[in-house]
Amino acid sequence: MAEVGYSKKVLEHFTNPRNVGTIENPDGYGKVGNPVCGDLMEIFIKVKDDKIEDIKFRTFGCGSAIATSSMVTELAKGKALDEAIKITRSDVADELDGLPPKKMHCSNLAADALHEAIKDYRRKRGEKADDDPQKSGD
Amino acid sequence: MGGGSDYIYLDHASMMPVDPRVIEFARELLRSPGNPASLHSAGLAGKQAVEDAREKVADLINAKDPRSVIFTGSVTEANNLAIRGVSTRNMNRGKKVAASAIEHISVLNSMKELQKSGFEFSMIPVDSAGLVDVEALKGVVSKDTVVTSIMHGNNEIGTVEPIKDLAKAVHDLGIYIHVDAAASAGRIPIDVQADDIDLLTLSSNDLNGPQGAGALYVKPGIRLQPIILGGGQEKGLRSGTENLFALAGMGEASRIAKEEMSAESDRLKRIRDGLIEEIMSIEGAHLTGHPTERLPHHASFRFGGIEGESIQLNMNNLGIAVSTGSACSSITLEPSHVLLAIGLKHEEAHGSMVMTLGRSNDIGQVPRIADAVKETVTRLRGFSPLGAE
Repeated sequence: MAEVGYSKKVLEHFTNPRNVGTIENPDGYGKVGNPVCGDLMEIFIKVKDDKIEDIKFRTFGCGSAIATSSMVTELAKGKALDEAIKITRSDVADELDGLPPKKMHCSNLAADALHEAIKDYRRKRGEKADDDPQKSGD
Repeated sequence: MGGGSDYIYLDHASMMPVDPRVIEFARELLRSPGNPASLHSAGLAGKQAVEDAREKVADLINAKDPRSVIFTGSVTEANNLAIRGVSTRNMNRGKKVAASAIEHISVLNSMKELQKSGFEFSMIPVDSAGLVDVEALKGVVSKDTVVTSIMHGNNEIGTVEPIKDLAKAVHDLGIYIHVDAAASAGRIPIDVQADDIDLLTLSSNDLNGPQGAGALYVKPGIRLQPIILGGGQEKGLRSGTENLFALAGMGEASRIAKEEMSAESDRLKRIRDGLIEEIMSIEGAHLTGHPTERLPHHASFRFGGIEGESIQLNMNNLGIAVSTGSACSSITLEPSHVLLAIGLKHEEAHGSMVMTLGRSNDIGQVPRIADAVKETVTRLRGFSPLGAE
């Protein structure tokens, strides 16, 4: 059958998003998007031994904005920061069995929010924070 | 439509089921058709079916002469024929066109296309309820405006314009008025003679007729340039072999709509008002469009802090089909021009939800729909970083 609309996996993550919420006093916080454009994402991380011990998100946006937020938290949880910062937008889309083409740019900002959160953590610790080679992974 | 037996369909403005009586009436034209251009018996039967349909459509809008009704393949085509056809044929009257800011995209894009051949296109603003501002209209149009287009009932916000008054204001300036009645015909009365309308667009599917048919009423004496050329069907204004099933179906749907409009609209209005009352009790819920001057089957809202496509997906998970004017659900990724025209900010327009009722809906569904909306709004707000306003 022809592929129409969202993949089953996108709808599943939209319906049952993982790691929803906030973390009080997070070690790192990232926010990307703009409500004017219809997407706003926040990622909160708790770091232990250079690993993402806990991660939460809040998102205003369409189905793919919510599903990609959920997926990126799932991919990043438990990963070393050096690994997590390599997660790209296309990794997120691939793990969701793809996104409709028009959604690839506007509603696939979750990886960027994760990167922002990691950079925020590193900045707070006085580390160099601008090594973000995967900024536009799509 | 998809979904199980308890699926509730509230997106009739996007597409309507065809009335089974209409299918029954017109099905023979699929089985044994005849080209209306032919003089054999089958062809004559086809011709008869088209002319009978024309009479029924004319009757719905009280057109004096059925020959004023030109069948097209869609509303978009009828709007193109109206705007581009009347403007290019009547350039001696001037080279200006005007439309309300909440017209269907096929009207707006037709006018934008005319700009390429030197026409000046002006948009007439509407107020926050979507009503055309008559004073603004008078400021925008002038005697060298050829045509002004004003929608009767708006498909996105439900607002019904005082079309008779607007037609008078436009005619006082010596300008043709085109009225897109796709969403309103068959739901509220429209009378091309009493309301004094020059060009009027109708939709088959919006009357519970088959897709693939529309019509344009053209007041006798008004000349149009065709936009589709060929064998000269429809008085040369819309060439192409007639879609017999769709046209006969549109005729029968018009007849049924006229007969049942009053009772059915009263029934839908009660459901609509029930939905509005329940949904407006949700924090951060706002009605879009006019509170009272609105289509009987139309309830539209926006919610602070959440996004329309997510609303649509979540409602669908709960077994209810709704529509949205959110940018994220559109092909262009632009928010609805209608929501921006009534003064909403982009971030406000993103949170829109539109419910349009039809024959499958009943008052008993209101509590379940209202509960689903409450659940959806609560859930999506639960993980939104934005507040309820």
